[in-house]
Amino acid sequence: MRQVFGRPKSLTDAPTHYCPGCSHGIIHRLIAEVIDELDVRENTVGIAPVGCGVLAYDYFDCDFVEASHGRAPAVATGIKRTVPDSVVFCYQGDGDLASIGAAEIIHAATRGEKITVVFVNNATYGMTGGQMAPTTLLGQKTTTSPRGRDAGSAGYPIRVAELLSSLSGVAYISRVSVTSPANVIKAKRALKEAFKVQINKKGFSLVEFLSTCPINWGMSPLEAMKWVDEKMSVYYPLGDYTQVPEVSR
Amino acid sequence: MSEKVLMKGNEAIAEGAILAGCRHFFGYPITPQNEIPEYMSRRMPEVGGVFLQAESEVAGGNMVYGAACAGARVMTTSSSPGISLMQEAISYMAGAELPCVLVNIVRGGPGLGGIQGAQSDYFQATKGGGHGDYRLIVLAPSSVQELMDLTIEAFDLADIYRNPVMILGDAILGQMMEPVVLRERSKINLPPKTWATIGAKGRPKNIISSLRLDPGELEKHNLALQEKYKRITDEQVRYTTYMASDAETLLVAYGTSARVAQAAIDMARERGLKAGLFRPVSLWPFPYDDLKTIALGSRRVLTVEMSHGQMIEDVRLAILGGRPIHFYCRTGGMTPTPREVLNEIERIVEEGI
Repeated sequence: MRQVFGRPKSLTDAPTHYCPGCSHGIIHRLIAEVIDELDVRENTVGIAPVGCGVLAYDYFDCDFVEASHGRAPAVATGIKRTVPDSVVFCYQGDGDLASIGAAEIIHAATRGEKITVVFVNNATYGMTGGQMAPTTLLGQKTTTSPRGRDAGSAGYPIRVAELLSSLSGVAYISRVSVTSPANVIKAKRALKEAFKVQINKKGFSLVEFLSTCPINWGMSPLEAMKWVDEKMSVYYPLGDYTQVPEVSR
Repeated sequence: MSEKVLMKGNEAIAEGAILAGCRHFFGYPITPQNEIPEYMSRRMPEVGGVFLQAESEVAGGNMVYGAACAGARVMTTSSSPGISLMQEAISYMAGAELPCVLVNIVRGGPGLGGIQGAQSDYFQATKGGGHGDYRLIVLAPSSVQELMDLTIEAFDLADIYRNPVMILGDAILGQMMEPVVLRERSKINLPPKTWATIGAKGRPKNIISSLRLDPGELEKHNLALQEKYKRITDEQVRYTTYMASDAETLLVAYGTSARVAQAAIDMARERGLKAGLFRPVSLWPFPYDDLKTIALGSRRVLTVEMSHGQMIEDVRLAILGGRPIHFYCRTGGMTPTPREVLNEIERIVEEGI
C-alpha cells in the first residue's frame, strides 16, 4: 500500500500543548513540510520565542534554541553569523516580535540578516491569558482592555508586514492566514518562498500568519476562523509586502 | 611572538581576544570602552572574523547568546549601564551553560553616573546581576598585561566550564597605556562542543534552552549548576600578594585600587610601617580561605575600594571577625591617592586598632 499522507520528517511525534482551534499546529506543520521539501532539516536551526510557541523545540525535529522574550532575531543573528550556511528561522508571536522585541526585529530586518521569521499574529497574549497585544484590534476586548482597545489610551494596532517592508534589508515579506484550504496552500507557498530567499542569501524574510486564539477570544474554533477572515484580514490585508525596489538595496 | 608593545588597556583586551581565537564580537558603543569595538571593527575582518555593532546592549548580549549556541568563541564588551542591560542575556547564558567572555570597563554609578573609573559593579558581577541562582567567573586584572593575559585565559575557562566569564576592569585600566608582551596561548585540550546548535546532520537534534517547567527538573538543573560552581571554586581561586608575609597591616584591594594600595605600602614601609597587600584576582570564586590564613598572620586588615564597600563583605566573610577590618574608599569616579591610603594606614596603626 502506498502512503499518501504522513507526518513531515521535521516534526516529532510529541503531542502539542496547543488549544483546540489554535492555528499554531497548522503553522508548525507547514514549516516542517517546507523544511522537508527543501531538504534542509539537517542544516536548520530554529529559535523558539517566549509565548505559546516557547516549546516549539519539542515539536520540530531539528536543532533548536530557546530565546528570551523578543530577542529571537538577535539570537538568530548570532547563530547565522557563526554558521553562514545554516538555515535559521525564528518563530515569534505578536507580543514577542511587535512589542518587547520591536527593536530586534527592525534591526535584523534592516541589516538584511539572512534569516526567516515566522510571525504568528493572533492579536492577543495567548500564553499569559489573553492580555492586550500590540496587534489587538481597536475595540477588541482583552483582559487588560476589558472595555475594548481604545486608541486614545492604548494607541493603534501595529501592521508589522507594512512597517518592515519599508526597510531596504528586507528581501521578502508576506501576510497570510490559514482559515481555509486555499489560504493554507497560499501560506505554504509564501513560507517556502521565504526560506528560499534565505537559502539564496537574498536578505531578510518574514511571513506574518494571521492566527486564531479561540480560548482567549472567547469563541469556538469555527467562529475564530471567521473572525480572522472578517475582522483581522480587514485591518491586516493578506498579500506580499515586499515593495522595496531592487535598485535601493 | 614575545615582542613588547605599548598598548592601551582596551586594545590589549581586544588583541588578547584575537590571540585567544575569538572570531565573533558583538557590541554597542559606550564610554569608556569604545576602543574595543573600534579595534574589533578593524581587526576582525583581517582575521576572517565577525564584528557586528548591535542596536543595543540587550540585542548585543543576545547575539552573543546565539553565537555561543553555535559554538563560537564570542565576546562582548561594555561599561556599567550597558552591562545592566545585558543581564537578561547573561542570566540565560548561565542557565543554558553557554561559554562566552564579557568585559565590564566599570564607570561610576548608579544610573548614568559618570565616565571615570569605579569599582561599584562588584556586587552585580559577583553576586548575580541577573535573575536566578547563578555565578559568573569574574577576573579582575590590575595592569594592561593582565588585561590581555586574563582575557586570553577567560576564553579557555568559559569553554572548560561552559560558563560565562567576566573581566571586571575599570575606566583607568581601560584607558591607561603600558608595555605588553604578546604571548602565544598555551594549547590545552578543550571539550568538544557536541552540544552546539549548528544543524542536526548525522545526530539527534540539539536543544539549547534555559526553560524547565517541571520544578523537579529545574531543581535538578540548579543542583548540577551548583556542583559545577563548587568545582570552579575548588580549581580557580586566584590572588597575588605583595609584602604580605610579615605585614601587620594587610591591605585587601583589587584592580586599580590594588595598584594604589601597593604604592601606599611602599610609602608605609619607608616609614617603618609593616604593610602588605592581598589582591584577589578571581573575585568569583573569591579567595576566602587564603585571605583568612594570611589575614590571621597580620594584626589588622584595611580594605581599599572605589565603591562604598562591596568587596569588603567578602573580606568579612573570609575573616569572620578574626581581625579588625577597616575600610577606605573614594567613589563616583574619584580615585584614592597613595597618600590618602597611607594616611589611613597611619591612622589605624596609631589608634592601635
